[in-house]
Amino acid sequence: MSKALLYDATICIGCKQCEAACADQNKLPYDDKVAAEAVQSEHKYTVVLTKEDKFMRRLCMHCEHPACASVCPVGAFHKTAEGPVVYDVWKCIGCRYCMVACAFAQPKYEWQSLNPRVRKCIMCPERVKAGQQTACAEICPTGATKFGERDDLIREAQDRIRQNPSNYVPHIYGLNEVGGTSVLLLSGVAFEQFGYPKSEMVGDTPMPEYTGRVMSKIPDFIPLWSLVLGGVYWITHRREDVTAAEAEDKKSRGAQ
Amino acid sequence: MKIKFTFWKLVFFVIMSLGIYSAYVRYAHGLGAVSNMSDQFPWGIWIGFDVLCGVMLAAGGFIVTGAVHLLNIERLHSIVRPTVLTAFLGYCLVIVGLCFDLGRPWFIWHQLIYMNPHSVMFEVGFCVMFYTTVLFVEFLPNVLERFNLKKPLRWVKGIMAGLVVAGILLSTLHQSSLGALYLIMPSKLHPFWYSPALPFFFFGSALAVGLAMTIFESSLSSRAFGRQLELPVLIELGGALLVVLWVNALLRFEDFFRRGQLGNIVKPSYEAYFLWLELALAFVIPITLLSFKKVRRSPGGLYLAAVICLLGFVTNRLNVSVTGFETWVGHHYVPKWTEFMITLSIVAAGFALFGLAVKYLPIFPGEEHQAGHRLEAREKPLAVATVLEHAGD
Repeated sequence: MSKALLYDATICIGCKQCEAACADQNKLPYDDKVAAEAVQSEHKYTVVLTKEDKFMRRLCMHCEHPACASVCPVGAFHKTAEGPVVYDVWKCIGCRYCMVACAFAQPKYEWQSLNPRVRKCIMCPERVKAGQQTACAEICPTGATKFGERDDLIREAQDRIRQNPSNYVPHIYGLNEVGGTSVLLLSGVAFEQFGYPKSEMVGDTPMPEYTGRVMSKIPDFIPLWSLVLGGVYWITHRREDVTAAEAEDKKSRGAQ
Repeated sequence: MKIKFTFWKLVFFVIMSLGIYSAYVRYAHGLGAVSNMSDQFPWGIWIGFDVLCGVMLAAGGFIVTGAVHLLNIERLHSIVRPTVLTAFLGYCLVIVGLCFDLGRPWFIWHQLIYMNPHSVMFEVGFCVMFYTTVLFVEFLPNVLERFNLKKPLRWVKGIMAGLVVAGILLSTLHQSSLGALYLIMPSKLHPFWYSPALPFFFFGSALAVGLAMTIFESSLSSRAFGRQLELPVLIELGGALLVVLWVNALLRFEDFFRRGQLGNIVKPSYEAYFLWLELALAFVIPITLLSFKKVRRSPGGLYLAAVICLLGFVTNRLNVSVTGFETWVGHHYVPKWTEFMITLSIVAAGFALFGLAVKYLPIFPGEEHQAGHRLEAREKPLAVATVLEHAGD
């Protein structure tokens, strides 16, 4: 059973304590200046966005089938059994394909560093493994960010929408997007207002399938194409040999 | 004449100095300081041009070796060596470009031990690595002949057929896979360029560009090194290019039609302007030019058509890698001057190295044994200045 986070924007009060707790957990600087930054970056893995009286959190979605893990040439990302998508910095060569591939543009880069790392929310994997909640869920004063079993949280989200249909857009973001994510979102306003890609844009297909369809053909393609190329070589050069042999034959017959 | 090559020498010197300065900024202050890449635009021209276009421009290697060794078209033999040289240099420079672009280039060998078979990037990396090795061996006879090492030369010639087959196989894989890199971004890449057929388009454009680049390179060398132009060979390549361009154009049209984009591509928009530029340069103009027999049979006409076609497909790859993301990102990406200088220096170094190789190695051997029907190359000692003259072209 994998863990997940449920963020309910309608309960969020925008206190940004999750931002501070996240920074603390990941040993990142956090002060008023960082708090005022309304974008995620290499030093801010999660952000609470404000639009009038509405709030919305952004963080890595921890896809069930993560694009970052599938595209990484050295396998520096993987999804753990508990749910978090984690990053092994020692493998990373810095190609940044993960950043380009992520439908939610979550991986950020240490552009100023001479030994740069990819940075993103990794869902406090040590805490989760030890049976604790993530830092952001633990500190949340209203329960807007809730940690739990993914299945339980889906049921809870469905209940909340059912009980208060006027409060919510009738959609759990992350339930099926890109094949499902370990971060589930509820909101009173459209998700794309806060930069989330439209559900119909990202679709329900797990991202790795788009490239997987091509990659899976390669093992068949290699022997087949080699055979064709070898065959062509044989035919074109056979013709040459035959011509040479015939000429030789003619010559020897002419000599007789 | 004296003034001219001093001028090109100066241009080359200026480009290289600015390039070296930019390289210093890259390694002393990081990617953020040297480029305009950002979290929104993690890939800039170093991927869009140096890698995507670099690999495409070096495609002549597998096409010409394939035509000569595999299809046994002996009359193209005279252009094998310069084409292999172009391809070998091209791939080496792609790797050099990668060493600027990768955040941690000193770990590039991790590809060999932490392999992720699901990654298109892994497949591209592996193929490029192997193919560069193949090209190195295909290039080796130049060096071996130069130092008159007969025995290893025989060994290399003995495995040449295998090398050529391996080269075509690896090229088919990674040329198309460069397009497959973008398959995972259906929601990000603009529908003008995102298509499930991207791998086919990348392979098709590599075929076209390989031919165009061979025409371009042969025309330039004939001018720079005072060699006689192998016009019959170029005419043949021009004819092949026309066919390949038609096939490419029809496939693109079919793809726009199938994905219901035909209505959108005629409507003016930011993306449409870039698409029109691309389609005009890659297809409309070169196909029109090459359709005239007179153009197809004149050195100038072939050269012009080839250059326009090259520009067209370079535009195509930059559209796929840059233009196509601008709407999703919500702002434009323009490379920083230092970023641009590194790319320009790599190109300049390519020209200069080509010139040096021609000077010191039997790339255009007049005295080669087997092919009697080759046009005699005029032996002419080349000054480094002429090499550099080439650099600015």
